[in-house]
Amino acid sequence: MSMTISEKLLALAAGKQEVHAGEIIQARVDKAMMDDILGPRIQIAEQLEKLGCRIWDPERVTVISDHYTPPANATQAEIVKFTREWSASNGVEHYYEFAGPCHQVMVEKGRVLPGELVVGTDSHTCTYGALGAFSTGIGSTEMLGVLATGEIWLKVPQSIRVRFEGELPRGVMAKDMALCSIGRIGHNGATYRALEYCGGTVERLPMDERLCIANMAVEAGAKNGVIACDEVTSAYLREKGIPQGERFQSDPDAEYYADYCFSAGELKPLAACPHEVDNVRPLEELPVTPIHQAYIGSCTGGRFHDLQAAAELLKGKKVAKGVRLLVSPASREVWLACDRAGILSALVEAGAVILGSSCGACLGVHSGAIGAGEVCVSSTNRNFIGRMGSKRGQVYLASPLSVAASAVTGRLTDPREFL
Amino acid sequence: MSLIEGRALKYGDNINTDIISPPAYMELPIEQAAKMAMSPVDESFASTVRPGDIFVAENNLGSGSSRETAPLTLKALGIRTIIARSYARIFYRNCINLGILAVECPDTNRISRFDRLSLDTEEGLLHNLSTGETYRCDRIPPHILELVNCGGLVESLRKKLGKD
Repeated sequence: MSMTISEKLLALAAGKQEVHAGEIIQARVDKAMMDDILGPRIQIAEQLEKLGCRIWDPERVTVISDHYTPPANATQAEIVKFTREWSASNGVEHYYEFAGPCHQVMVEKGRVLPGELVVGTDSHTCTYGALGAFSTGIGSTEMLGVLATGEIWLKVPQSIRVRFEGELPRGVMAKDMALCSIGRIGHNGATYRALEYCGGTVERLPMDERLCIANMAVEAGAKNGVIACDEVTSAYLREKGIPQGERFQSDPDAEYYADYCFSAGELKPLAACPHEVDNVRPLEELPVTPIHQAYIGSCTGGRFHDLQAAAELLKGKKVAKGVRLLVSPASREVWLACDRAGILSALVEAGAVILGSSCGACLGVHSGAIGAGEVCVSSTNRNFIGRMGSKRGQVYLASPLSVAASAVTGRLTDPREFL
Repeated sequence: MSLIEGRALKYGDNINTDIISPPAYMELPIEQAAKMAMSPVDESFASTVRPGDIFVAENNLGSGSSRETAPLTLKALGIRTIIARSYARIFYRNCINLGILAVECPDTNRISRFDRLSLDTEEGLLHNLSTGETYRCDRIPPHILELVNCGGLVESLRKKLGKD
């Protein structure tokens, strides 16, 4: 029987020839990722010790302190210290801190390969689907089970195929594709299901942009997002010296729960308006909305391609008075690449503040929280009430280009005004 | 027959994990963080909730983050049963793993704040003692019921590893 790419990935993890949507499988985990905020400190360290268990295979485990680095206070510092010490005493050699948001670090450091089953204590673990892996976010107790046994039970998801065909217009980025699809599917339209992105537009996207789309799959409720490997994937892995892994395609007659088709040429720069990610509107249709903070960063919108696009738009322009443009490159590697390309200086010349590579501002725990009555336009992935600070603040999600354009005008702005 | 009785604390659609467990308080120990649970939409939640209360919501409960601090704070406040029309998947799984019974019921829109509820898990029925209405709940799949009956994933692991 024919299978989708997600079914093939789970069949491999379950050691079976075939699995199909609805089946409950016991799967072998290839890689496990924990962060500082929901990693060892929540249940895991305590319960693992109580159970008298050791990590099944520390080589397959990565721990990344990214949410509380740099710590804003002593409590956060203690959490990072605990995470670091726990990793060392449990034989986890793949430990990173101050390296950037975990999902970018995982990808850059080759901790995810095509074909693998990867679980992480962060909902945006679905990012690695851009590399043709099956990856999904899990809770801390669930992770404890994985660490103890190396296995997890999973219900094989039905797949929803999201196809984009045609050329993206100038000023439209992968973030707009993600927002457009979530707006249509709804924030729970893909719950328990896989989102499989395909079509000519997706095939022409560089890896930075594909990672952005897969990253947002969970914002439609999806278990995983996935993009089939191709030459772009191979070239990306080769360039980073990462093995090619195992690659799969969906069978032509595989069964899908639903099909969505988008004509890329008709897409416009979009914003997810407060306080839901599926509350999506074209920027050009929004009323005049003054902003106080513009943020470019995170595992969604802080990669080289994102900062480069923002810097190009900002060249020769200045951030509006009364607006702060904060930029956090998504990793040390992204930082270095942007620095070498003159992107960081271009951003600073336009008035941006460059922050450390961190998750801080995205969830308002340090480095750029917003106050009551403040409006932030952000290249991140969530605009829930209180997400970036005050519950009386407002967060609009948009592409890095739209964030940069808004920073220049001081109001929510369609970047095509500048192109 | 297993009956669970309690008072409903009722909320609407899209009660996401940032609402249940606001990020600003996640660095605190669970008992302290619990005092701020639900504060973005209801500042009186922690002072209102009593052990044994049933948390009731409508669609898409627990969307967003994988943070187990969401069900952990609810559990710290004494909530052992949750009823919603639909759940986000990681939140649902986290509840089960912590031994919190999470039940799907399409009629939670008919439940009001402080209604007395009686949940019959075996029959898959939810009785609203305040209104006299009875609603049908989805049956809990056997592999999940097994986990909840064990008291959660840790207890189930303890058993399994002990046997091995």
